[in-house]
Amino acid sequence: MKRSTIDIWVGAFVAAGFAGLLFLALKVGNLASFSTSQTYQIQAKFANIGGLKVRAPIKSAGVVVGRVSDVKFDNESYEAIVTFNVDAQYQFPRDTSAKILTSGLLGEQYVGLEAGGDSAMLKAGDRLRLTQSAVVLENLISQFLFNKAAEGKDGK
Amino acid sequence: MAATPIVELDRVSFGYDAARPVLHEVSLRIEPGSVVGIMGQSGCGKTTMLRIVAGWLKAGAGGATVMGEDLARLDNAQIFALRRRMGMLFQFGALFTDMTVFDNVAFQMREHTTLPEELLADLVMMKLEAVGLRGAAQLMPSALSGGMARRVALARAIALDPQLMLYDEPFTGLDPISLGVIARLIRTLNDSLGQTSIVVSHDVEECFGIVDYVYFVSAGRIVAQGTPAELRRSRDAFVHQFVQGEPDGPIPFHYPAPAYAADLEAADHG
Amino acid sequence: MAEPAPNGIARSLERLGHAASARIWRLGFAARFFAYVLLHSGTAFRRFGLTIREIYFAGVLSLIIILVSGLFVGMVLGLQGYDTLQRYGSSEALGILVALSLVRELGPVVAGLLFASRAGSAITAEIGLMKATEQIAAMEMMAVDPIARVVAPRFWAGVISMPLLAALFSAMGIFGGYLVGVQLIGVDEGAFWSQMQASVDVREDIMNGVIKSVVFGIAVTWIAVFEGYDAVPTAEGVSGATTRTVVTSSLAILALDFVLTALMFTGGNAR
Repeated sequence: MKRSTIDIWVGAFVAAGFAGLLFLALKVGNLASFSTSQTYQIQAKFANIGGLKVRAPIKSAGVVVGRVSDVKFDNESYEAIVTFNVDAQYQFPRDTSAKILTSGLLGEQYVGLEAGGDSAMLKAGDRLRLTQSAVVLENLISQFLFNKAAEGKDGK
Repeated sequence: MAATPIVELDRVSFGYDAARPVLHEVSLRIEPGSVVGIMGQSGCGKTTMLRIVAGWLKAGAGGATVMGEDLARLDNAQIFALRRRMGMLFQFGALFTDMTVFDNVAFQMREHTTLPEELLADLVMMKLEAVGLRGAAQLMPSALSGGMARRVALARAIALDPQLMLYDEPFTGLDPISLGVIARLIRTLNDSLGQTSIVVSHDVEECFGIVDYVYFVSAGRIVAQGTPAELRRSRDAFVHQFVQGEPDGPIPFHYPAPAYAADLEAADHG
Repeated sequence: MAEPAPNGIARSLERLGHAASARIWRLGFAARFFAYVLLHSGTAFRRFGLTIREIYFAGVLSLIIILVSGLFVGMVLGLQGYDTLQRYGSSEALGILVALSLVRELGPVVAGLLFASRAGSAITAEIGLMKATEQIAAMEMMAVDPIARVVAPRFWAGVISMPLLAALFSAMGIFGGYLVGVQLIGVDEGAFWSQMQASVDVREDIMNGVIKSVVFGIAVTWIAVFEGYDAVPTAEGVSGATTRTVVTSSLAILALDFVLTALMFTGGNAR
């Protein structure tokens, strides 16, 4: 086979291979929203983080604005300290609250940020003061049963 | 006349392991400009001798000197450098099957020199012309007959004008015409290019026709040596058996076996 | 003197021990060979034309089987995946299922197995045949290092081709899953792609899949090249070497897959 024909085919093969990789990265994965942009770190304490994992999304108004970068246990206050990396292009007021929510009924857990009304913005290293822990299913069920039992007693 | 021999083996012994010695204290000298034959039966060690000369195998004992270099003291890089001055023709040619005849002959030039392609093409054509195959330059090795393949391999081996040529069974499996062609080429190339050649073979007629001196090898030892004329007149039993092609003699016809009667009886009862 | 154990057992043990030590010796020899190939890879890169030629024979000529197999595997994933997911009302997760299965596992592994059988065995046969017809010896005789000239370009061609082939396999597979799931069965197209994009992480999943395919490429090509070079120079020897290449490569891929998966994909769940 002529040298030039081989070169053409190999070139096409390599190009196709890279196109495949690009397709996987962009259309299949989420490289497009893969932020290599700047982030700043915020912390928050939760009584119970439920199933929240590192790299879980931080969403505000349903839009991903950052990722959970670290989860630690505070041995003094017996609470969980969660560190977020928030995309630098988004600024939040200092009285923003963080809630641990579930996507769908049995889906993955994520952190939802609700902006407050403070005129001063959060800076890197700040801690969110208003937090709401994850809803633990067992607590919900036992609360439901307790309410039901209480209703039954009242009705008597 | 004491010109430095191109190749000198001095009481060389070799064995792949201690239990199987292949060569036993072999001594020979190859004078420059001569064509020397090493002859013997299959498996007698003559190819091993060729490999020692080519630097592939290291002699277990004794000294091997090729073109002035003591082989035992050369490292791999130096052996490679020595091989640039040698050429070897393999038994079935060993042409590179994925290249054309032209590319095969040009191989050494492309690998070891930086000659421009036009000059290279001229040289390749010269070598092919010397073996009579200039017209086959663009064929692939699979399209060649055995004899033609061997001639191309010969052209490839002499591409960089080596001083020493090694021929491993060049006459095996060829028709009479090709035999004559190869034999004539070995002699004329040797003389016209000022080479020295070692021909390992068991074809008595062709070999005797072109060589200046012959060493006979049997079971790893040199059992006879001399010019072809001397050997034809020789009374030595082995030489006589080999040259005349007799089935029985010092090399027995029968493979070692127990008594015939005993074997037949065992077969009857078995 | 009476023997402590029956002769048969002693002899079997001896043979077992001998086989094991022979294998270990061969592994050591293969490792030294690998190091030698790496050290003498300069020619493969300085004269890149040699490597390009081998990429053609190993990579380009494997394209058809890779693309077609990828398509079929993806289509089967689509069918089987839908069948299982729709029992739990999660048929919209089909995209996630197809993409993750392919990118993390099936892409590198199946492409690796196919590459081993097609290109790996071809490389082994080629090198083995060159050895049997004394072409390797002729090259050495002409003072050209056959490992630098013949072996190293083929090795690097395999290492370069494998990740590309695995990526193309995964891409074709996802397309096949899309064809079956969305076009044939009727899963929602938007949900298919959006859920997939939300769940497939470039670093965790795709990058790890690429790393796997590179590791497999190295393993398969190393085995192929070594078996060819070490083959007994006869017809049976070469055929035995080709078989060994395919078997050993396949086992190596599956074993390495387990090791790599354990390292890559369960680390996160340890929290």
